[in-house]
Amino acid sequence: MGAYILRRLIFAIPVLFGLTVIVFAIMALIPGDPAVAILGSYATPENVEKLNRDLGLDKPLVQQYVTWVGNMLQGDFGRSYSLNRPVLDEVLERFSATLILAGTALLLCSVLGLIAGIVSAVRQFGWADRVITFAVLIGISTPSFWLGLLLILLFAVTWQLLPASGMYAIYGGGDLPDLLKHLILPAVTLAVVATGVIARLTRAAMLEVLRQDYVRTARAKGLTERQVIYRHAFRAALVAVIPVIGIQAGFVLGGAVYIETVFQWPGIGAMLVKAISTRDLLLVQGGVLVVAASYVLFNLLADVAQHMLDPRLKL
Amino acid sequence: MKPFHALAGLAGRFLAALALVATTTGAALAQTPPNVLVVGQIAEPKSLDPHAVTAVNDFRIVMNLYEGLVRYKDGTLEVEPALAESWTISDDGLTYTFTLRDGVSFHDGSPLDAAAVKYNFDRMLDENHPEHDTGPFPLSFFFSAIDTVEAPDAGTVVFTLKDPYAPFLSNLAYPTGLIVSPESVKSQGADYGRNPSGTGPFRFAEWESNAKVVLVRNDDYWGGAPALEAVVFRPITDANTRVAEMLSGGLDLMVEVPPDNVSQFAEDDRFTVFEQAGPHVWFLILNAKEGPMSDKRVRQAVNYAIDKQSLTENVLQGTAEVAAGPTPPAFSWAYNDALEPYPHDPDKARELIAEAGHEGAELTFYVTEGGSGMLDPVSMGAAIQADLAEVGFDVKIETYEWNTFLGKVNPGLEGKADMAEMAWMTNDPDTLPYLALRTDAWPDSGGFNSGYYSNPEVDKLLEAARSSTDQAERAELYKQMQTIVYDDAPWAFIANWKQNAVTGSAVEGFDLQPSFFLLLSGVTKP
Repeated sequence: MGAYILRRLIFAIPVLFGLTVIVFAIMALIPGDPAVAILGSYATPENVEKLNRDLGLDKPLVQQYVTWVGNMLQGDFGRSYSLNRPVLDEVLERFSATLILAGTALLLCSVLGLIAGIVSAVRQFGWADRVITFAVLIGISTPSFWLGLLLILLFAVTWQLLPASGMYAIYGGGDLPDLLKHLILPAVTLAVVATGVIARLTRAAMLEVLRQDYVRTARAKGLTERQVIYRHAFRAALVAVIPVIGIQAGFVLGGAVYIETVFQWPGIGAMLVKAISTRDLLLVQGGVLVVAASYVLFNLLADVAQHMLDPRLKL
Repeated sequence: MKPFHALAGLAGRFLAALALVATTTGAALAQTPPNVLVVGQIAEPKSLDPHAVTAVNDFRIVMNLYEGLVRYKDGTLEVEPALAESWTISDDGLTYTFTLRDGVSFHDGSPLDAAAVKYNFDRMLDENHPEHDTGPFPLSFFFSAIDTVEAPDAGTVVFTLKDPYAPFLSNLAYPTGLIVSPESVKSQGADYGRNPSGTGPFRFAEWESNAKVVLVRNDDYWGGAPALEAVVFRPITDANTRVAEMLSGGLDLMVEVPPDNVSQFAEDDRFTVFEQAGPHVWFLILNAKEGPMSDKRVRQAVNYAIDKQSLTENVLQGTAEVAAGPTPPAFSWAYNDALEPYPHDPDKARELIAEAGHEGAELTFYVTEGGSGMLDPVSMGAAIQADLAEVGFDVKIETYEWNTFLGKVNPGLEGKADMAEMAWMTNDPDTLPYLALRTDAWPDSGGFNSGYYSNPEVDKLLEAARSSTDQAERAELYKQMQTIVYDDAPWAFIANWKQNAVTGSAVEGFDLQPSFFLLLSGVTKP
């Protein structure tokens, strides 16, 4: 197992390296440059040239790339033009906020999705199955930013139960209950779609497993229905569901972009959107790299979990 | 991205409608603490170094932390003394001598003296200055007319200009002219923008990234300490969320209320809505160099064909006024109020087009998706396209994201387009016409005259107005310029934006400024 993980981590190096090239090339190719974004209406060719010189962007692209990667290898991700602070500080701070949000959402959607899927499969065509299938359909079809606005309206504006936006209260607060209060609405919003997807897949996987011979054998042995479902069927179904949860982790991180904007959650998705529109090259590059590295890590975790559950897969 | 925007827009309208229902049920407002003003901003500031910032969003904070030698008189765009008690201008318009107010200190305790003022301009303008690398200073060209800054004694600063430059005083009142503490810049270096120190009514307390910037009362303020203990600026980029925070009581003051929500706040007696027309103009650049628009009659026809009243009322929902010419009415002293906006007259437009022989011409129209001061550019573009179709033009719209758009428009429209949207917000009546209407401001000479308008008479008037230091004389020259430009119609003059803000019922003493700055020293919130 250790050797497998190590091998996968080593394979991640060329992936990340390739990413630096792609991200750098994309940022170099999109029209408009940081000086134009900073100067706005005042972007005369003369002013743009002077500002680009001040920003060190007048050097050839290859030289810029080599400088960037070289500095990064020494732990220096550079300074953001639009925020005037070190890129790494900003990215790590933002990414931890995103992890809190996306992690909570992922936990919520995994637990709810699995339970809903199992209940649905076990009670196939029963009323519980119908209600769940209907709810799942609604969940999958609801645009998440719209749901977010609706929840803000109900819980923050009308009933005044939960805060409308932010991660902590503006004065006082700053502790765990405060964070949880701010976390509920965005996490639920973010979890809704993924819950639907996981529920559907769990239902399908469970239905397939429940028709297997060994389930019939387990029942024939006289095990309780509870034992059959949770010890025999569910474990087997989980093998099919785990990679989907791994993929959903990616979608949840991606979906966080809208949700962070709607709820003013100080996460990395909202940061990247703004950094792209202001052509904040170093911030975009640093942010994308960190996110990409975390994708690689999540996929690895999902694979390891799957291998642990399924003895048929050789490491 | 487009369907998402359309959906988001729909969702916004839906939220506005529902919120109306919600608020009329009268839920109790959550309270912010007394004497603390919480302000909903549109974005995180870039920096609190006034020389490094370019956005109105950042100006709103720095104007409360710092002061310049001069400032705009309350409710106007005319300058009055601030850190300088008085000044004299030499007859040739080249030497400005300022006498500084006595006994003023920066928040870090160091004294405001002539050496500190000189340091500020040297840091911005001299590439060899030891702290020049704390920049970049994108708007330093506001002061490129300066030749030298001298400090003959602690209370006197002398600026010598290379050429007479009338907007100089007005530029000193702009955020780029605010005075920072040299001691703090030296000790903080590149981090100064996050640890600022000025002389203003509020001092910096805390900046928590992506959550808040906190300013507290400066008890030693020379003009008398403000009533508020603290001001908290919160960045809330999503307009619908900003509205929801305001409705739920999480904000005391909110800027840039979306047009959809203004009437909702106005009808609710827990809120007060403020509106103030500013030095902003929204226009179409017309390509006077080639194609149908090279004929003055066609350019006038475009002005007649567009229903500006309908644009400001229906698309912008009353958040702007119809523009008459190139200079916004907010520059009251320089504005020619004899000009009436071109009326909406499609028959007259068709007549002029027929006279010029350009019936049914095909036009390319550059539209942007958004951008500083551009209001609602996509909907405006579509409405304008429809108005022009009515007089027989076949208008093809090309839409670009703001930075790409600037990259296409600023180098000039020649060979690419017949017209393009544009908007400017300036601090002096000189700036926009000087940079965008003179013959010497064509793109290849480094200006913004992307439609290649040229009229020697206008050139002469603008040069003369820039070198005069007499305001009455300048006003006369600008008024003549407006009359000519109105008739030549190098642009289609569309709208002047009204800045808006909403305050909660506990807030008193607040008013918007035509400069679009947010000045909070006189605000109370018991």
